[in-house]
Amino acid sequence: MSEALLEIENLSKRFGGFVALDSISLSIPAGERLGLIGPNGSGKSTLVNCICGTLHNEQGGVRFDGKKLDGLDAHRRTHLGLARSFQLPRPFASMNLADNIRIPLLYTLGARGTHLSKQAVEERCATLLHEVGLEAKSRHLPRDLTQVEMRKLELARAMAAEPKLLIADEAMAGLTHSEVEDILTLLVRLNDNGVTVILIEHIMSAVMSFSRRLVVLVSGKKIADGKPDEVMCDPEVERAYLGQ
Amino acid sequence: MRTPLFLLIWLGIAAAVFGLAVASGNDYVFFAGYVVLQYVVLSTAWNILGGYCGYVNFGSAAFFALGAYSTVAIYKFITENDFYRIPMPVLILIGGAVSGLVGFGMGYLTLRLRGAFFAIATLALAVVLQTLIVNWDYVGGSRGAYIVRPEEIAPFGNYIRYLFLIMLLLAVAAITIARLIERSRLGYGFATIRDDELASEASGVPTLKLKLIATTISGALMGMAGAPFPYYIGYLQPSSTFGLDYAVNSIAMPLIGGTTSWIGPLVGALLLGSLQQIATVTISSAVNLLIVGCLLVGFVIVAPNGIVGLVHKYFQRKPDEFVGRRRVETDSPETVP
Repeated sequence: MSEALLEIENLSKRFGGFVALDSISLSIPAGERLGLIGPNGSGKSTLVNCICGTLHNEQGGVRFDGKKLDGLDAHRRTHLGLARSFQLPRPFASMNLADNIRIPLLYTLGARGTHLSKQAVEERCATLLHEVGLEAKSRHLPRDLTQVEMRKLELARAMAAEPKLLIADEAMAGLTHSEVEDILTLLVRLNDNGVTVILIEHIMSAVMSFSRRLVVLVSGKKIADGKPDEVMCDPEVERAYLGQ
Repeated sequence: MRTPLFLLIWLGIAAAVFGLAVASGNDYVFFAGYVVLQYVVLSTAWNILGGYCGYVNFGSAAFFALGAYSTVAIYKFITENDFYRIPMPVLILIGGAVSGLVGFGMGYLTLRLRGAFFAIATLALAVVLQTLIVNWDYVGGSRGAYIVRPEEIAPFGNYIRYLFLIMLLLAVAAITIARLIERSRLGYGFATIRDDELASEASGVPTLKLKLIATTISGALMGMAGAPFPYYIGYLQPSSTFGLDYAVNSIAMPLIGGTTSWIGPLVGALLLGSLQQIATVTISSAVNLLIVGCLLVGFVIVAPNGIVGLVHKYFQRKPDEFVGRRRVETDSPETVP
């Protein structure tokens, strides 16, 4: 197995008396396609927020690409190569699609020392929008988009930051079967290009077809970690999903 | 349009305005015009933080007063020590530096707050600063301070004409800075903060740093607007310098003009400022805030995107679509902070 890109060690997070994450440890090698599942309230999004710097963990630590992330602001983690899409799409509402894509190009690539010319930025925006099939709407505002287009915009914006690791948080929620396929194709293509992908999803068919490895969280604890087929046969996972 | 050309055009407009004011032969034009231009600078400065970043600052009067009181302090020092008189542009730069520094400090302390909490914190800052000034005898304390304005200054003649010209140039500088920000990488960053701060951070935008830049620039411009004020008014007292007029007007003018573009605060300040000056001489200065209040209520109901939004709506173009298209057509990140 290749060297770990993301290393989570005994990560814990509490909200008052509620334990959202309880000593989670996880090692994700570069190029991995990891599915992260669990019932509602199991701590998936909290884990993502702790990895991305939106929330700060009280215990444990996160290392990314050999660097400690603890205490680092979210934007600095993005500069290091960690990108995410949000559970509910959060586009920049006053900007058109091209400008939405332009932001990570200007700020994240700029912070890495890659200063693109105006023309190069335009071309990169057009390419990214083309990759997600939104090039025809590049001058539209996000409010003109359908649900699946909004999800694609989220992914395109995350891709614009040229991440090493992409966390797609329920990127397929509320989509039809064919739309789910669209998003899956995108994620697989990204992974083929060397981007490590963590997919958080409730649509099990999508998770099973995408993931090479599956991690299950229940009540803030990791209860299973392994190959998808094996994990789904795990009695504890069955209990968590289907009850006693 | 490139920034140097924009600046040249506005300098030309400023020269024409000054020429017309001189041609009018009426000194009141300079007195009234100074106040209107002062509001152009104040509302443009407020819009950099309030309009571009979406952080509502209720402490405009405090920044304005800081600029004014830095001039008073320097004036006192010069008078007592028989020093050389400092030229007005230097006083403006000092006032801007003091207010910019306080803006930076305020930003550092308050920018982790959002929405109403941030607004209340800025209001509290204004109260704290007013209390400090009231208790600072060197600048006159609660009694106020007199500034003796020179009668004439070469080659302008009347000193008020000189102050009017200074404020005219300051207004041109303020709108040029606002436009430059709007079309730069910084402006894109500000807009993401206004739209969604969480998504902004996730896209790699250093939101706290950008907000600090916004509070510093905004505070500095407000201080610069306040620096010549003691020479204009002649007698400065805390109750009027920290007055509600400045706080309310600097918010109402961009809201009435439109907050997403540099032109909104300019239009709002010219319209509202002129109306207030007309009301002052025809009805009473007491109705000034009444006019602001009525217009603000009217615009919130009829045109929530301000006059700029209303104009675009009239031409069947929605304001935010216009913003998007305009950015695509003409924008390039001209400056990289």
